[in-house]
Amino acid sequence: MNPATGDTAVLEISELDIALAGDKGPTQLVDRVGFSIPRGQAFGLVGESGCGKSITALAVMGLLRAPLMRSSGQIMLDGRNIAGASEAEMRKLRGRHVSMIFQEPMTALNPLQPIGRQIAEMFVLHEGATWKEADARAIEALRHVRVPAPERRARDYPHQLSGGMRQRVMIAIALACRPKLLVADEPTTALDVTVQAEIVELMATVCAAQGTAILMISHDLGLVARMCTEIAVMYAGRIVEQGTAGDLLRAPRHPYTQGLIGAVPRLGARAAGGRRKLAEIEGVVPAPASFPGGCRFHPRCSRATGVCHTDVPLAKPRPGGGVVCCHHDG
Amino acid sequence: MKMRANLWIGGGFFALAVTAALLAPVLATHDPVLGADLMRSEEPPGREFWFGSDTQGRDIWSRVVYGARISLTVGVVSQLINSVIGTVLGITAGYWGGWWDDLVSGLTNIMLAIPSLIFALAIMAILGPGLFSLLIALGLTNWTFTCRIARAQAMALKSQGYVQAAKVMGSGDLSIMLRELLPNMAGPLIVIATLGMGGSILAEAALSFLGLGIQPPFPSWGSMLSDARDNIRAVPWLAAFPGLAIFFTVLGLNLLGDGLRDILDPQSRSRLP
Amino acid sequence: MMVEVATEPLLTVDNLAVHFAQGGGLFGGGARVLRAVDGVSLTVRSGECVGLVGESGCGKSTLASAIVGLQAPTSGRIVIDGIPLRSGTTDRMRLARTVQMVFQDPYASLNPRRRVGELLAAPLRLHAMGDGKEIGRRVADMLRRVGLRPEHANRYPHEFSGGQRQRIGIARALILEPKLIICDEPVSALDVSIRAQIINLLVELTDSLGVATLMISHDLSVVEHMCDRVAVMYLGRIVESGPWQRIFERPSHPYTRALMAAIPDPFKPIVGRRAVASGDVPNPLTPPLGCAFHPRCPEAMAQCRQAPGPELAAIEPGHTTACWVAQRALIAS
Repeated sequence: MNPATGDTAVLEISELDIALAGDKGPTQLVDRVGFSIPRGQAFGLVGESGCGKSITALAVMGLLRAPLMRSSGQIMLDGRNIAGASEAEMRKLRGRHVSMIFQEPMTALNPLQPIGRQIAEMFVLHEGATWKEADARAIEALRHVRVPAPERRARDYPHQLSGGMRQRVMIAIALACRPKLLVADEPTTALDVTVQAEIVELMATVCAAQGTAILMISHDLGLVARMCTEIAVMYAGRIVEQGTAGDLLRAPRHPYTQGLIGAVPRLGARAAGGRRKLAEIEGVVPAPASFPGGCRFHPRCSRATGVCHTDVPLAKPRPGGGVVCCHHDG
Repeated sequence: MKMRANLWIGGGFFALAVTAALLAPVLATHDPVLGADLMRSEEPPGREFWFGSDTQGRDIWSRVVYGARISLTVGVVSQLINSVIGTVLGITAGYWGGWWDDLVSGLTNIMLAIPSLIFALAIMAILGPGLFSLLIALGLTNWTFTCRIARAQAMALKSQGYVQAAKVMGSGDLSIMLRELLPNMAGPLIVIATLGMGGSILAEAALSFLGLGIQPPFPSWGSMLSDARDNIRAVPWLAAFPGLAIFFTVLGLNLLGDGLRDILDPQSRSRLP
Repeated sequence: MMVEVATEPLLTVDNLAVHFAQGGGLFGGGARVLRAVDGVSLTVRSGECVGLVGESGCGKSTLASAIVGLQAPTSGRIVIDGIPLRSGTTDRMRLARTVQMVFQDPYASLNPRRRVGELLAAPLRLHAMGDGKEIGRRVADMLRRVGLRPEHANRYPHEFSGGQRQRIGIARALILEPKLIICDEPVSALDVSIRAQIINLLVELTDSLGVATLMISHDLSVVEHMCDRVAVMYLGRIVESGPWQRIFERPSHPYTRALMAAIPDPFKPIVGRRAVASGDVPNPLTPPLGCAFHPRCPEAMAQCRQAPGPELAAIEPGHTTACWVAQRALIAS
């Protein structure tokens, strides 16, 4: 590791704007999003459909394609700005410096190739290994993600595996070349609940062991909080609150974060205190074309006042670290 | 928003043909059947005969305009018969499945294995020439594509939640097919029908050309071509104008079908969540 | 409540099985049987909310389809409101007025070509429940009850968000005033901030209307919040059932415990957590011998790996479990 860059963040995004080009002009999907992930740490980006979290992840991978476009902002990956990088440059970075796992592993795997070969390809492609040694290393990689009988499994095709196994293979491919950053977009949403926990645990453990940082994208605050050190909550294209996982959950400051935590029943709550009506967040999740002005959460917020309709709230420091964007904080 | 050119151009050609058919008595300058004048046969296009005159001295313009009535009637009516047969068979086969589906699929495959013109010829041979037989022959030949589309759509749609919900509501099969399935597959069926109309017009031309369709002296575009075949070198306008009429009408229908596909295709209507 | 316990249950499912023939070669060889539901018994009493919990492929949705008459059972008996359900001869209209369903996907469950008003009026018209004016009044009233406005009746489904569509789905299920509604994962397709709205609405409506609910979900926290009794399904069978307090305070089947542990508790870090279930859900075409959960069970013993598998047995009043370990522990104590 280069000592000069040793203490910089592995990913640093600042003032990122992403828009969708359309007949009636561009629609802003991501608005001045910024955060940084220190080396080896897990960072969670939480929000609902249409909040811009997945598009942010695509931007980090350099996978934005027309009509999606980055209109401004910087993305520093491992000390270099990849915001304007060409496809050829990005291809060199992907897999080696940053890799990604998706929600549905079946669509990301090649159905016509044994999974061992698909892992081995990473070593051949990025590290110039011969096929023979790559195949051997692929079996090691499978063992690493706790696939039982990896020698036999390496010859299987994706359709022969269960959903959980496929996601393990995806993790093995993504982590094959020990990237600095792993982007995980809803990696367990398509899996069964009992398998989910295991996959998340596996991802966290393996990444921690080899020093890979994680950008975890999810709608599930509880899941993200379990594996991430720091969390940013996005709403309608903006980060509304950011802080360390424990503090954000124990003492959420933004009304939306508070709402998200209150809106799901917690196991054991009824046994402890009887059935209470769940705290609702009124209204609907806005579509990007109709993001409201001012604070974008104001139509659904019980604390909204005149200023929330007109002014975009600025980021204020939270008492427990991190930032919150609310006019009524404190 | 964009790429609607084919819709407008195609619709325009077809609208022209329909207008000609509807306003034939107004547009025609001569009687298309009785206006024979052997003294003025085979005159080239000019002031008196805009499209020239035929071997019997009849005005080709008037005959083309009246011919639109027959060609379009054949196109629309026979395709309507095809659409009804295909939709009914396809939707029931797809929705009910089982032995009925096997039967319909088998019949469809047999139909697809027989060249449709030969099949139509055979029916015409049994029924004898004439407009009515033409409608029946063409109406029984080209329902297979409609049937396949309707069957595939019904199979895809019947597992949709709203169809299940209708069943749970106690709706009968007929009501489910009419209210839940049909409206949601109308788009592709309309496209197929539009394209099929063009096919029927061509088939009418072919059958009439072979002398099995519309009988002289009544004008259809196909029978006019048939009349022209002996003199096609010496008197090219005999074949050129009915030929162009067929060409532009069928081209118009095909463009219209493509245009409709673009707007009726659910993919192109999808919006951002 | 005590009076109702003594009466005949509203829904009785007795030893129900739904099997599907899978594959099969050209000459009928190699056909395998998928036992989607394999000997399930279940009751729902009137006004009660019963939770049916399990992961994808456990057969819970197939069971729901069988109860509403969408899927013919292979064997077993379903009795709803005193009437046995028989494929073919069942009075679909009467069944429709007794049991209704709320579907998982609010996008696919509403016909995109029909206005909301028509969607809600059609069942009333079909069942001749009132004249035109009466139907209009009922539709407006139901829209208000589910938190929409009567003028929404003139709109098409695509003009609504997911949460609003699910409200429409609930309105459709309740408009015939059924005695039982089956909710198949009603909130899992919705955004997190919308789920609370729908859960609250379901609790409030079923309470005020006195409708019984069979709540199908993979999410134990939702089931704990809503249900009076809970049944846990694994690979086509019920492995544990009982009153909600018993299930959540003293889960006796290892699978139930695994499901509970799988709920992300935001306050516990995941690294170094002890695994409560390992591996994946097995292929239902080739279920493991003996107890179907044994390959994933941390407590499995030799007996669990052999046929016959454990049957449901009471370990305390009203609380049954199909686990050798739990049953043995009871005998030992």
